[in-house]
Amino acid sequence: MKQFLILSVLVWSVLSLNAQPIAVGSVAPDFSLKNIDGTTVSLSDYSNEKGVMVIFSCNPCPYVQAYEDRMIALHNEFAPQGVPVVFINPNDPVQQPADSFEEMQKRAGEKGYPFPYLADEEQQVYPAYGATRTPEIFLLKNEGNGRFVVVYTGTVDDNYQDAAAVTVPYAANAVRTLLAGNTPDPATTVAVGCGIKAKN
Amino acid sequence: MNKTCLLFVYREITVSIAAKMNKVKKRFLLIPGILFILIPFLVFSGNRKNEAEIKVVDFKQLQPMLQQEDDTIYVVNFWATWCAPCIKEIPYFEQFGEKYRDRNVKVLMVSLDMANQLKTKLIPFIEKEKMKNEVILLDDPKFNDWIPLVDKNWTGAIPATLVYGNGFRKFYPQELTLAELEEIVQPLLAN
Repeated sequence: MKQFLILSVLVWSVLSLNAQPIAVGSVAPDFSLKNIDGTTVSLSDYSNEKGVMVIFSCNPCPYVQAYEDRMIALHNEFAPQGVPVVFINPNDPVQQPADSFEEMQKRAGEKGYPFPYLADEEQQVYPAYGATRTPEIFLLKNEGNGRFVVVYTGTVDDNYQDAAAVTVPYAANAVRTLLAGNTPDPATTVAVGCGIKAKN
Repeated sequence: MNKTCLLFVYREITVSIAAKMNKVKKRFLLIPGILFILIPFLVFSGNRKNEAEIKVVDFKQLQPMLQQEDDTIYVVNFWATWCAPCIKEIPYFEQFGEKYRDRNVKVLMVSLDMANQLKTKLIPFIEKEKMKNEVILLDDPKFNDWIPLVDKNWTGAIPATLVYGNGFRKFYPQELTLAELEEIVQPLLAN
């Protein structure tokens, strides 16, 4: 028994070190998390939408800050078309006080977030998605009957520094493709981001 | 060469020249003498890394540094001044770099700070931490193009470290301690 436990801890730690976002085509893990207004928001709340853009985000990360306005713009453009954004903060506020619940409320208030900002308090949701950094986008397509499928994972666009210099708006393209009934291409992109702070 | 050493040398030279001259010549040579000391002092003052020492590169320029073919073991760390877990491991990389410098191990610290914060953020940080490892700033926003070229499984989270050399190549998308660095590199060393 002890050997099995040791082996599974080793396997788990190796797996989590090389965590990858869940594959495009996978069923999206459900979530039910506390929003900054105290209510609970679940994936099933989006059953009447065409899809939902789940974004793992946090307060202090410069890449989040560089993309914040563009992520808000994604919501403003696509929520009316049936694909809203939802932010999930995956970090441990004990190790990263800038990501405390109060700080989340403050940030959302200052920037006027038009979408929910949820706290992954038990840190169960971000590993289920295979999220490793902030910001990281998981675009989900609603297939009906409570089933959401991942159609795009990755970053907002190809230039975090300068919105005017963007040549490929990956996320916006992915949503438009989803709405047109096709599969996003590229379906996965990567970008530098802030590693997620797991509880010890 | 540090400034104390230089100052000492110049002092010795000027004192010995002055000792051999008479008063008139001394006055004549006083001002150039002072300048002779001061100018090099000003030019060479400090060990601090200045802007000229921190190269700013795009990925095309960085890539050869990830593929050197010689006897050296390369430890390439991807970090940024604003990344808390990256900062935490900087002392380990410094201790490691110091210890293994003469054993054909080269540490390269690739900063992902923004290029326009080179003077305001990166250089002050390097000075404050007294970093001796080589630091280079990678300024290339085309992340989706170059991240897979560092490692095909890298999702872009930092800190991350690439270790290669002597036929070995492995990418560590995680924080590393001094002990872990030694554990990885020691078996790769010839002696």
